[in-house]
Amino acid sequence: MRSALAALFWRELGIARRSGGGTSTGLVFFLVLAAIFPFAVGPDLNLLARIGPAILWIATLLSTLLGLDRLFQADHEDGSLDLMLTSETPLELIVLVKCAAHWLTTALPLVVIAPLFGLALAQEAPALGRVTLSLFAGTPALTLIGAVGAAVTVSLRRGGLLMAVLVLPLTIPVLIFGVSAAGAGAADPVPFAAPFAILCALSLAAIAGAPFAAAAALRYGGE
Amino acid sequence: MRLEVSDIRVERGGRRVLDGLSFALAPGEALIVTGPNGAGKSTLLRVLAGLLPLKQGRIAIGGAEDPPCAELAHYVGHADGNKASLTAAENLSFWAAMLRSRQGRGTSLPPAEALAAFALAHASDLPVAVLSAGQKRRVALARLLVAPRPIWLLDEPLNALDAASQARLSHLMHDHLGQGGMIVAATHSALDLPNARQLTLRQ
Repeated sequence: MRSALAALFWRELGIARRSGGGTSTGLVFFLVLAAIFPFAVGPDLNLLARIGPAILWIATLLSTLLGLDRLFQADHEDGSLDLMLTSETPLELIVLVKCAAHWLTTALPLVVIAPLFGLALAQEAPALGRVTLSLFAGTPALTLIGAVGAAVTVSLRRGGLLMAVLVLPLTIPVLIFGVSAAGAGAADPVPFAAPFAILCALSLAAIAGAPFAAAAALRYGGE
Repeated sequence: MRLEVSDIRVERGGRRVLDGLSFALAPGEALIVTGPNGAGKSTLLRVLAGLLPLKQGRIAIGGAEDPPCAELAHYVGHADGNKASLTAAENLSFWAAMLRSRQGRGTSLPPAEALAAFALAHASDLPVAVLSAGQKRRVALARLLVAPRPIWLLDEPLNALDAASQARLSHLMHDHLGQGGMIVAATHSALDLPNARQLTLRQ
């Protein structure tokens, strides 16, 4: 007998694998975003190398948001969310497990592929390592903050844009510390450890707090 | 165990849908809720499933240490709650794990047998997306069998079902009542439950 949360985790992975779309769309969107920046910036390699970490972070942020609006909406539309509410398992844990599966299928591939796109943005090897590490530490916060927005807009048709408007301002702290950890040492000698530690703290705080906010929004969203 | 609904009032969008409604169900009893469209049949079931808040009144299950009604109830609503990209068996084994109740007495069937009870054994490895409307409905109803829960909340359970499936469902409902379960069903068509009590809602 599997526990309810393990069953939920494997179900989410199964859906992501079968219906496809989520992972590959996110990756292609990430590629397109990272590729159009150099066209806009022009053929200045030094400039590109300096703003490369910021480009990778913005591209990750937008790609993460891309699939998040369906996180709870799909379950709301087909009635699964109602049934999960009648489960003995606390809704907060259900939200956390859904976010973990979503992070694994959409954000982690971006983190893995980021060094490759970093090469196209004239990043040196140490900078590639820093930006990948900062993305790895910061994307859980993006997914969980986005989950709160997804829960608030769960019953709205075409709520995706509204969700982005709600969520993007909340991700500014993650962006600031993510880029400063990723870009540390590029131009000015900022230490890596301090912004990276704050980035980790932001992710941990989001893991601790966001499931409660999202679950509360989902309970009221059922009406 | 006894389901007691006392003097509940429910509002949706500022409009009073249910007001001063009371009833009680003992083990082995069924309640058939009828009434015109918009009378509040689905609202009553959603309230019992804990999906809508009460403005007033209470819904209680016998003892004080018992869990809330929602955690003892299977809710089969208009939406089937199955993922189109997963197979019928995968959907059911997920719900078996998710809806298992510590209080649930009685036997739970493995997903394959629950599907066989609705004559869907051949469809267990097919994605739900390719099933017909009636077959999707039967997969949703098979959920009643994979996790034992004493209260069944059925919203238009006969929708899209053919005659043979309707007979199977009423046979399973008789079994459930015989084992001391309870059923609250909202319906427009006649359910084959001779001893069921009737509740008619008015607009």
